[in-house]
Amino acid sequence: MLIPHPLLGLRDAQEFTYLGDAALLNRPDGMAEGAEAAFAEYVYLRDNPAGVHRELWFHEQGDRSWLVVTRDTTTHEILGAELARDVKLKGGAA
Amino acid sequence: MHFSGLRVIREALTGHKGWKPLWRNPEPQPAYDYIIVGGGGHGLATAYYLAKTFGRARIAVLEKSWLGSGNIGRNTTIIRSNYLLPGNEPFYEFSMKLWEGLEQEFNFNAMVSQRGILNLCHTDAQRDAFRRRGNAMLLAGADAELLDREQVRAMAPFLNFDNARFPIKGGLLQRRAGTARHDGVAWGYARGADMRGVDLIQNCEVTGFRIDGGRISGVETTRGYIAAGKVGVAVAGSSSRVMAMAGMRLPIESHVLQAFVSEGLKPTIPGVITFGAGHFYVSQSDKGGLVFGGDIDGYNSYAQRGNLPVIEDVAEGGMALMPMIGRARLLRVWGGIMDMSMDGSPIIDRTPVEGLYLNAGWCYGGFKATPASGYAFAHLLATGRPHETASAYRLDRFARGYVIDEKGVGAQPNLH
Repeated sequence: MLIPHPLLGLRDAQEFTYLGDAALLNRPDGMAEGAEAAFAEYVYLRDNPAGVHRELWFHEQGDRSWLVVTRDTTTHEILGAELARDVKLKGGAA
Repeated sequence: MHFSGLRVIREALTGHKGWKPLWRNPEPQPAYDYIIVGGGGHGLATAYYLAKTFGRARIAVLEKSWLGSGNIGRNTTIIRSNYLLPGNEPFYEFSMKLWEGLEQEFNFNAMVSQRGILNLCHTDAQRDAFRRRGNAMLLAGADAELLDREQVRAMAPFLNFDNARFPIKGGLLQRRAGTARHDGVAWGYARGADMRGVDLIQNCEVTGFRIDGGRISGVETTRGYIAAGKVGVAVAGSSSRVMAMAGMRLPIESHVLQAFVSEGLKPTIPGVITFGAGHFYVSQSDKGGLVFGGDIDGYNSYAQRGNLPVIEDVAEGGMALMPMIGRARLLRVWGGIMDMSMDGSPIIDRTPVEGLYLNAGWCYGGFKATPASGYAFAHLLATGRPHETASAYRLDRFARGYVIDEKGVGAQPNLH
């Protein structure tokens, strides 16, 4: 798979490590009411869709940036990639 | 139809005209007491034990494709009970004991072959960990032997003992482990269930659950609505998709695991050999092909096929361990979809929906668990209580902090 890095162009997926669903960008507030349940859900539960999936890839053997890659889990087709930083500043991965 | 040596001879003399299909192909009834979703190894085993051991009637298995079309037909056929943790080891040893009596139990040749599994170690620390694991296995009634380098060499002289990075220092051997014919297992359970009146309904995909006031009343399928008293879901690989129809999110990611087989070779590999440090394990099928595999690809996937980098990685592991296979040609590569759970261990439990039960999260270790998984799930469905060896496989163990993490890598499914 080739990942279209927004700064570096097409890069081999082998240069990246995979973390998981981009919803992990939306970390719950540890001080809020019901934080324990919110964290249990955040840490352990996943949507795990068959189809379009937004997910976090780390360019470990590259520029060490975190990307949000949009990919189809039924075909492995990569539909886009953004810097995770930009996604987060725009207000999360939802 | 009972299988025996005498029967084979009689059929041979009479032109093989007496063989019948192994199961019926019934139309779905409007209602059942128990519906098992998923006609793979675990689902068929569940139906079998539900009918035979627990004496339950009016059971159906719903399969969206043909029986045994998922991971039971795509695995590398290894059976073993060499786990460490108390939540796991008694369960897998229970499974191992069921394997040992399976063919007599369901009167079908599943080609169970206890040719042993050897896990290789390369450092003192790894040997200590294996000693501890071996002792845990012995405590649960399994067998385990710690081998030194020369004992390993006597068993498998073709291994590369002097690899610069991972020199072989010894191994943990379980002699009762081995392999089984994966399709034969599915067919044996299917036939046994069918003989006891279970309706095996193929090409019948579940498209929804009907839930009234928090209780399951039946399933919507591509062949109409079917009412049910209890529904058990055993669809590992697709658990998240199916349970989403009941409004549940699971502690599971689906990942692709690739498997490989070489051309047929003369008998050379005595049992199953695992090279964990190099992400490679291998056995030799009765037909002669080397059956081997390694790590999952590592990203969410429902594609049933993987990518080339992992093929290269597995081939490198094989070459590092046994350079003699360098000239063997690869015949086939395929992929299966794994329910990778958040702690690497499975789930056999009830759900928040009354009457709806879940069997999921088998990671890449579901095949060896098939008999015990079916037995324990049938026990749960029939009695409402978990089987004594499966009581740790709770769905809520993650939130409660009782994870069963053999590798100790945390909530990161692609590392289990």
